[in-house]
Amino acid sequence: MPYDTSDIRKGLKFMMDGAPYTVIEFQFVKPGKGAAFTRTRMKNLLTGAVLERNLRSGERLEEANVEVKTMQYLYRDADSFVFMDTTTYDQVSIPENTVGESKDFMPENINVEVLFFDNRAVGVTLPNFIEQKIIETEPGFRGDTSTNTTKPAKISTGASVQVPLFIVAGDVVKIDTRTGEYLERVGRA
Amino acid sequence: MARARVLSALRRWFEAEGFLEVDTPARVWSPGQEVHLDAVASEDRWLVTSPEYAMKRLCGAGYRKIVSIGKCWRAGERGAHHQPEFTMIEWYRADAPLEHIADDCEQVVRIAARHAGEPGDQPGRALNLPPERFRRTTVRELMSIHAGLDVRGDESAAELAAKAGGAGIALGAAQAWDDIFFQAWLDRVEPALPAAGPVFVFDWPAPLAALARRRADDPRWVERFELYAAGLELANAFGELTDPIEQRARFESEIVARRSRGKPTYPIDEKLLAALGRMPPTSGVALGFDRLMMLVTGARTIDEVMAFPDEDV
Repeated sequence: MPYDTSDIRKGLKFMMDGAPYTVIEFQFVKPGKGAAFTRTRMKNLLTGAVLERNLRSGERLEEANVEVKTMQYLYRDADSFVFMDTTTYDQVSIPENTVGESKDFMPENINVEVLFFDNRAVGVTLPNFIEQKIIETEPGFRGDTSTNTTKPAKISTGASVQVPLFIVAGDVVKIDTRTGEYLERVGRA
Repeated sequence: MARARVLSALRRWFEAEGFLEVDTPARVWSPGQEVHLDAVASEDRWLVTSPEYAMKRLCGAGYRKIVSIGKCWRAGERGAHHQPEFTMIEWYRADAPLEHIADDCEQVVRIAARHAGEPGDQPGRALNLPPERFRRTTVRELMSIHAGLDVRGDESAAELAAKAGGAGIALGAAQAWDDIFFQAWLDRVEPALPAAGPVFVFDWPAPLAALARRRADDPRWVERFELYAAGLELANAFGELTDPIEQRARFESEIVARRSRGKPTYPIDEKLLAALGRMPPTSGVALGFDRLMMLVTGARTIDEVMAFPDEDV
């Protein structure tokens, strides 16, 4: 069923120029003597590109055949990653370039959201925060009291995170997956 | 506070200019025929979308300088620059060219800027207005510079659509002349305007004439301007059409357009048409007072300059 401009809400997914988009922001605009428009900022779900369009009141918007499924990441298999649907237990293999940068903060067994477009996986979204054990980091230098100093630390995925000097291997830390930043220590070695 | 100070300063200015402040009805039979304005019903009548028709009847009765400061209602209009109930300042000058109204608007903006701050503030502190006259330009010039579109005012909708398509403007399902025009205007011209400071946009194409008269020297354009400032559409002015026959024809075609879009239609205001024939050449303007307050206080949304935005009533 097609949408029209009055259905526009944050997160609405629809087709535009052959690609699926999701609405990020929208605003009612209306020239004094013209029709109403909805100024819509939208993100291309395939490329991540953001663009703005003025959609005239009453324009039809095609529904996008997109679906978000919660899946568990199982293991890596050569150039792809294997996920399992947590409700049907179906397994699906997603190529590395579709998983993209998500792979840095995607430890095994984590639950992620996989976006399907026309039944094909097109993107993997991590939870905003993960807790990970530090597997390797240099010890901090005693007596170094400057507060802004950080050092690299490695987590199980192989990714490196900048952490404060007091963190040691075996500590569990909380990481923001969107920025890759260390937030706090949540468990001690 | 700022609202009350500005309003009272504007009333003093209108009085000093010799204007008579008039009161017009809010509940009318014919709230405005324009295709893209929808009125709010009130029992068997409608709330006005502007006081224009009643004010023109006063012009026809011999009043030469009148101003109305009052509420108007427009159904379904809600956004950062829109409230369904808002305050409009509308004024008319008999035997005055449209330029005179532009000068008035400039005065009104400067007075508002001066009185928006606390007494004792530096004048114009809330807003940096250019010391020189506000810039004047035309629809044709802006469309050509910013949209790469040569609007002539006498092309068919199909010709305009072809030109817009050539300029890379995505038209969707737009087929009507005004819909094509405003897609280009919103996509290309409006975003380019805020940087330009206050600007009067003169000479609108004939298909967007509304209640304006055609230019005597070139009927493809009408005597109309819009005042834009900081991305806000502040005011719309007409050299008023006083020919009741042409006005009736425009009302009739607007009723047809409203019907074809599935909108309610309103009866033609016969008392207005009768008054038009008695009106001297007149220029008039409607200025959104809430948007003026947004401009001079630097508010980002219209809600910030109202005590009771729609959702808080």
